[in-house]
Amino acid sequence: MADAPRKPPLRLVARLRRTLGGQAGWAGVVIQILFVAAVVWIGYEIVENARANLQAQRIASGFGFLSNTASFAVSQALIPFSESDTYARVFVVGLLNTLLVSIVGIAIATIIGVAVALGRLSPNWLLARISGGYVELIRNLPLLFQILFWYLAVLATLPNPRQSISLLGSVFLSNRGLVVPNPVPQPSFGVFAVAIAVGIVASLVMRSYARHQLFAKGEKLTIWPFALATLIGLPALAAVMFGAPVKFDMPELKGFNFAGGARVLPEFAALTIALSTYTAAFIAEIVRAGIQSVPKGQMEAGASLGLTRGQTLRQVVIPQAMRVILPPLTNQYLNLTKNSSLAVAIGYPDLFSVFAGTALSQTGQAVEIIALTMGVYLLLSLVTSAIMSFYGWRLNRSLAA
Amino acid sequence: MKRVSLALIPLLAAFAVQTAQAQSQDKPRDRGTLQSVKDRGTLSCGVSQGLPGFSAPDDKGNWTGLDVDVCRAIAAAIFNDATKVKFVPLSAKDRFTALQSGEIDVLSRNSTWTLSRDTSLGLNYTGISYYDGQGFLVRKSLKVNSALELNSASICVQTGTTNEQNVSDYFKGNNMKYELIAFGTADETVKAYESGRCDVFTSDVSQLYAERLKLAAPADHAVLPEVISKEPLGPVVRHGDDQWFDIVKWTLFAMINAEEYAVTQKNVDEMAKSNKPELKRIFGTDGNLGEQLGLTKDWVTRIIKATGNYGESFDRNVGAGSKLQIARGLNKLWNQGGLQYAPPIR
Repeated sequence: MADAPRKPPLRLVARLRRTLGGQAGWAGVVIQILFVAAVVWIGYEIVENARANLQAQRIASGFGFLSNTASFAVSQALIPFSESDTYARVFVVGLLNTLLVSIVGIAIATIIGVAVALGRLSPNWLLARISGGYVELIRNLPLLFQILFWYLAVLATLPNPRQSISLLGSVFLSNRGLVVPNPVPQPSFGVFAVAIAVGIVASLVMRSYARHQLFAKGEKLTIWPFALATLIGLPALAAVMFGAPVKFDMPELKGFNFAGGARVLPEFAALTIALSTYTAAFIAEIVRAGIQSVPKGQMEAGASLGLTRGQTLRQVVIPQAMRVILPPLTNQYLNLTKNSSLAVAIGYPDLFSVFAGTALSQTGQAVEIIALTMGVYLLLSLVTSAIMSFYGWRLNRSLAA
Repeated sequence: MKRVSLALIPLLAAFAVQTAQAQSQDKPRDRGTLQSVKDRGTLSCGVSQGLPGFSAPDDKGNWTGLDVDVCRAIAAAIFNDATKVKFVPLSAKDRFTALQSGEIDVLSRNSTWTLSRDTSLGLNYTGISYYDGQGFLVRKSLKVNSALELNSASICVQTGTTNEQNVSDYFKGNNMKYELIAFGTADETVKAYESGRCDVFTSDVSQLYAERLKLAAPADHAVLPEVISKEPLGPVVRHGDDQWFDIVKWTLFAMINAEEYAVTQKNVDEMAKSNKPELKRIFGTDGNLGEQLGLTKDWVTRIIKATGNYGESFDRNVGAGSKLQIARGLNKLWNQGGLQYAPPIR
């Protein structure tokens, strides 16, 4: 009871003062408020100035143009798109294309990056040198040059569609891209999907049970054969009982090009290859530095416990290295997403190319379109770092546990 | 001290904004583009990034072409010196923004006159320096004789052009499938076409002839007969400066009128002494038409001495006297069966 009066009477105000004013106290608060007011005022002046200038020049402004018909075609759209759709839909098409190339690029870059880092650290002399050479070669060439290299020097040298390289008469590779049979979902697809979901859930349950057993009783259960069986067995059973879940739409050479089938455009391929190999070189260095930042003793301790090199890396070294790796890795992911805007050089229809490029020059609404595009890249960057921070937070929690 | 200097930041920022506003009062359009061009001493002219015949630098770095001649003619009319032009190469994507923002005084860069560009972009088209239309360039080995045989073709196009929308209209209208790959610059587009990425390269016909010269084997490529659109090309200025609008417009008209009256670079001095009433008006020996524009009386003499008349410029850059060998066609004068018709100088 005697403790009660010791609580500061105006805790909220004190906290506010600390947050706003820092060490400077009330003077700090005043300066902060003045500063924020100045920033807001400058922002307002910029917007007003731009608006007045646009009006003086009779340049149309506002976001009304988004509902106008775009009347141009886009070579790759993940959602149905035609010339009669609006600029708003062009925006979505471009955004999805940017997301696609970023996500695929990040996944491949991470895999290559980790592999090259491990290669560089490997005791195998040749492997270490090859990995080192990869990093030095890729890291020191400009990205735009690499994109153009893949597009013009590698993919463009593929034969034309009529002489395309064919595999079993159903997969075709030509300078128009890679054409593969397109899976079309059949009525039984739903059951099939449920079977896969059940398989995944069952495997996760088994995994957590195995972990629980390991921590509680020290028993090591081998679950992967069972997990594999459910993951393959259940969908297979569904397919046998309800019929094939997909039918393949076969590509066919008609006129100039292939009809039917699904196609990976050379623009997408060149951009993804260039972005992921380029970013991988940087990721490799980050991962290598991260692993080397973990004291050598940890590796030796692992070995003395009788763990293999792989086990020590996976279960002792990498979790500790991750703390060092995550922040710069996030930067590389952000770079990859932003660098995808170089797509404009090779005609891949990403957000920057179709929206801040084509739509901008068709409508002339530079201020609005650039603002929207900036907002999207900002949002993508913030979401990426939020995901990585969340992962880092979980990692720290489990390391602390 | 530290607190004081922090407090100064917003004040400094406010001062910066005030200064910026004071400067914006002083922008070219408020003072008049003509005055700001005169003060600067050069005309800033937006041109293409290299389109032979229209605007391209030669091996000595001098810009030449039909569009370039318009810039030179304006400079000659203002300064009596056709070299006082700063050429700003612009992509299709950037051209209008450059003009809107005041980076250039006039855009003379194969740009199609359309209603939306004339209205919503805050621009004014001053006239038509070249009547063009959109066509298709294909490899002869494809054995295609008509654009209607192009179903399912891949088409390379430069982004931000009317071509991109025309080709969509044309293929949709004829119920044909196609794949449109859009590139940022003309060079990238042509490179992709040449590498075989596309079956077709589409652009204005004049540009197809010009770009074909850049290919490794021009003779292996042919322009299909179909012209699928009207592409009137001409110089563009910012909206809101009528005097400047008039100067650019009448410079072009002066070149066309000079051809009609057979005034050439060679005979201009002789013709200037003529007693014919219409020639006296053109050359300023009668009346003050040039001064009404804000120029001097001998403005037409200056223009013709610098670039020649429209026909001379056409022949030298894109016509019979050039590598392009484009026929005059629609660009003949009105009294010779063409569309080129300039209002009278009187």
